[in-house]
Amino acid sequence: MSISLTAGAVPGPRKDPEVAAALGRRRKRTNTIIRALCVGATLIGLAFLASILITLTYRGFEAMSVRVFTNVTAPPGSEGGLLNAIVGSLIQASLGTAIGTPIGMLVGTYLAEYAKGSKFGNLVRFVSDILLSAPSILVGLFVYQILVLPFGGFSGWAGVVALAIIVIPVVVRTTEDMLTLIPNTLREAVIGLGSPKWKMIVLICWKSAMSGIITGILLAVARVAGETAPLLFTSLGNNAWSTNLSAPMASLPVTIYSMAGSPFEDWIALAWAGALLITLSVLALNVLARSVLRTRK
Amino acid sequence: MSQAATATTPLPATARRGGNIGDIIFEWACKGSGLLVLVLLGAIIVELFIAGLPAFRAFGLQFIWSTEWDPVREVFGAGVSIYGTIVTAILAIAFAVPLAFGVAFYLTELAPTWLRGPVGTAIELLAAVPSIIYGMWGFFVIAPAFAAHLQPWIIDNFGELPLVGFLFQGAPFGTGIFTAAFILAIMILPFIAATMRDVFLQVPPVYKESAYGLGATTWEVMKGVVLPYTRVSVVGGVMLGLGRALGETMAVTFVIGNANRISTSIFGPGNTIASLIALEFGESETGSLKLSSLLALGFILFVLSFIVLATSRYLLRSRLKA
Amino acid sequence: MSSTTETGVADTASQSFGGVQARSEVALNAPRIAIKNLEFFYGDNRALKGIDFLIPDRQVTGMIGPSGCGKSTLLRVLNRMYSLYPGQRATGEAMIDGMNIVAPDADLNALRAKIGMVFQKPTPFPMTIYENIAFGIRLHEKLSRAQMDERIEWALSRAAIWDEVKDRLDASALGLSGGQQQRLCIARTIAVRPEVILFDEPTSALDPISTLKIEELIDELKRDFTIVIVTHNMQQAARCADQVAFFYLGELIEVAPAAQMFTAPKHPKTQEYITGRFG
Repeated sequence: MSISLTAGAVPGPRKDPEVAAALGRRRKRTNTIIRALCVGATLIGLAFLASILITLTYRGFEAMSVRVFTNVTAPPGSEGGLLNAIVGSLIQASLGTAIGTPIGMLVGTYLAEYAKGSKFGNLVRFVSDILLSAPSILVGLFVYQILVLPFGGFSGWAGVVALAIIVIPVVVRTTEDMLTLIPNTLREAVIGLGSPKWKMIVLICWKSAMSGIITGILLAVARVAGETAPLLFTSLGNNAWSTNLSAPMASLPVTIYSMAGSPFEDWIALAWAGALLITLSVLALNVLARSVLRTRK
Repeated sequence: MSQAATATTPLPATARRGGNIGDIIFEWACKGSGLLVLVLLGAIIVELFIAGLPAFRAFGLQFIWSTEWDPVREVFGAGVSIYGTIVTAILAIAFAVPLAFGVAFYLTELAPTWLRGPVGTAIELLAAVPSIIYGMWGFFVIAPAFAAHLQPWIIDNFGELPLVGFLFQGAPFGTGIFTAAFILAIMILPFIAATMRDVFLQVPPVYKESAYGLGATTWEVMKGVVLPYTRVSVVGGVMLGLGRALGETMAVTFVIGNANRISTSIFGPGNTIASLIALEFGESETGSLKLSSLLALGFILFVLSFIVLATSRYLLRSRLKA
Repeated sequence: MSSTTETGVADTASQSFGGVQARSEVALNAPRIAIKNLEFFYGDNRALKGIDFLIPDRQVTGMIGPSGCGKSTLLRVLNRMYSLYPGQRATGEAMIDGMNIVAPDADLNALRAKIGMVFQKPTPFPMTIYENIAFGIRLHEKLSRAQMDERIEWALSRAAIWDEVKDRLDASALGLSGGQQQRLCIARTIAVRPEVILFDEPTSALDPISTLKIEELIDELKRDFTIVIVTHNMQQAARCADQVAFFYLGELIEVAPAAQMFTAPKHPKTQEYITGRFG
């Protein structure tokens, strides 16, 4: 051991309390400035949200009236509403979720219960994560290619399929996350009772992960309710009242898009009313999803 | 304990035999759905490529950098929209990363505990606001404000600078590359901030305590320990934001000015792949070279996003494991 | 082991109590930290109750007791680590150089430069060995490159790790073994030239050989530093400490010179604990 050889006096200038204090003041000042900047950054982020919400509330309520909910879209200046768009959005979003959710749940279940560490499982997880963040307009183009072109035109069904594709990875993510949280001892206990694995998963794992899975579904609905780009080339939009899924179908986001880009005052106003409706429902769904998850804990 | 174990061992075996068919069906349903997801991604790539093939055939590799977009002469090139896509996305990252870092730092180290939940939720809600809403807000609120205040000020104060002045010249339209990047920044802010916050929280407290124990300030602990510790994941979060910014459609379509040209000023109008597709798709005839060019653009966008998102996911793999 | 013979403490006493060998009687130095009526709260839960004792200068004070007795809590009070967490607070006095450590207006950065801490698990920062040591120095001093090099060599030498790392100062500290990492953390702590070093079970994550090295090091370091060590290991307390404090349920039951503590503990609880009847 060479300890004693070098154990002598500390090299370098003697500890100077003045220097340390001056340095300390500067360090504290830097710290204070950066803290202030971070508070500022957070305030800016919150200000954006506030600005969006205030704008929507202000312009949306100005244009809000009963006819928004009772009349279908109409040419500028003729007292139109958004009824067909609202109903079209409800139909497409709910059908899209209804189709996408079971698939997403099965994939999530596969990843959590069967594919732990397997190559195929990792690949599926990777691809699902890519789909989760991939540009949604491309999903629209894809569905246009496989459903609109070969089957003779734009349709509600095409819109439903596009939305379902967007729902799948959202549900996969939450389902897998929630199932992973379930302790293995619970699984062993159920299997130990003589239950087959599928019953263990469906009756016990899904049940204990239910609030998490519901959260995922709510988030998926919220996501597709506001999607515009994938519907542009699939369900297209429809100015008349229609619940026929084989024909072009109106949706709130697409209707807003065309109205907001128009030069007509009353259409722009109507677009704000629709924007308020969408945002309120999407944010409400998000808050609801969070509270579902919280009540579990 | 061991007695109980031996007593129950035979049971599951017999029971499993009974549920065998159910097990096989269920497992294959799960596995099949997984396969479906793979097929879906593969099909999207293949379909877009096939649909874009006529355009690739007609214009060759030149399609990628040609800046022409002339529906009358039927000459199409992706140069301008690829440029616009990349420039807006990178500018958006430049705006969003400092803000996102500030938010994440605030939420993990600075904010009082009771405030962390509500503020974190509010920032996350920014990610829930639909793209089209950002578009309308950007077009009707932000763009006029920029045109009236911010842009004239920047043009007056920076437009004359040597070397970089040209970036800030031109007329203050309000819409354009700069505004699009600004809106994109707000949209990707919550994704980057959430990733940063999550990885900051994964740094074991004892490492932070070690640095505090040496007399470090909160910022010094962040700079000296937390950031080096989470570097890779932070870059992964930034890449996630970049991937999202590349393909964002509706918001950009509203505010980018939609002109097929590369302007030297960041206030000039432009377009992105996604905005070009959204705008021109409706005016393209089935089977036309224009439609094929748009689908080819879609293919290029997919490849770009895929590379960025795959990189992001690779960098975030340690976080996913935890 | 020239160092231990130099300081004349290698001859451990033959007296024993409950099979634990304690070093021979050493006179305690003047106090460095004076703790008076110190109380500590986690929220409403009082974790330390009316603690009174003196920590002698340039000697080793060992703190022992069963888990949850408050010994680690007291350690975390001495450099205000608890201030990082809302809801934790201390009252009373812990005086060092005329300053009350637990006063709300204490300058924490300066305090922590004066009172360093080494943790249970090695905590190398994800940077080079050199940068690990330089990190702390740069916070408090402005040194030239040459001075910095010199200081880093000094700190690493004092922590008995210089010979092992001198050829790879630019390598990542994460590549070192557990024992080396812990000595690196000690070097990092002494590099800022604290007056007091707190050790929180510094060897509980290490193998016996690394443990021995750290114990030798602690023995060596007390020539220049006042040392407080929390340990679960009674043998370790007996080997290292000059003064031993026994805590139980948040109270200081007994504090005495090590030799006395392990040969003639006064309190029956201490006797029980030392002889291994609980804890």
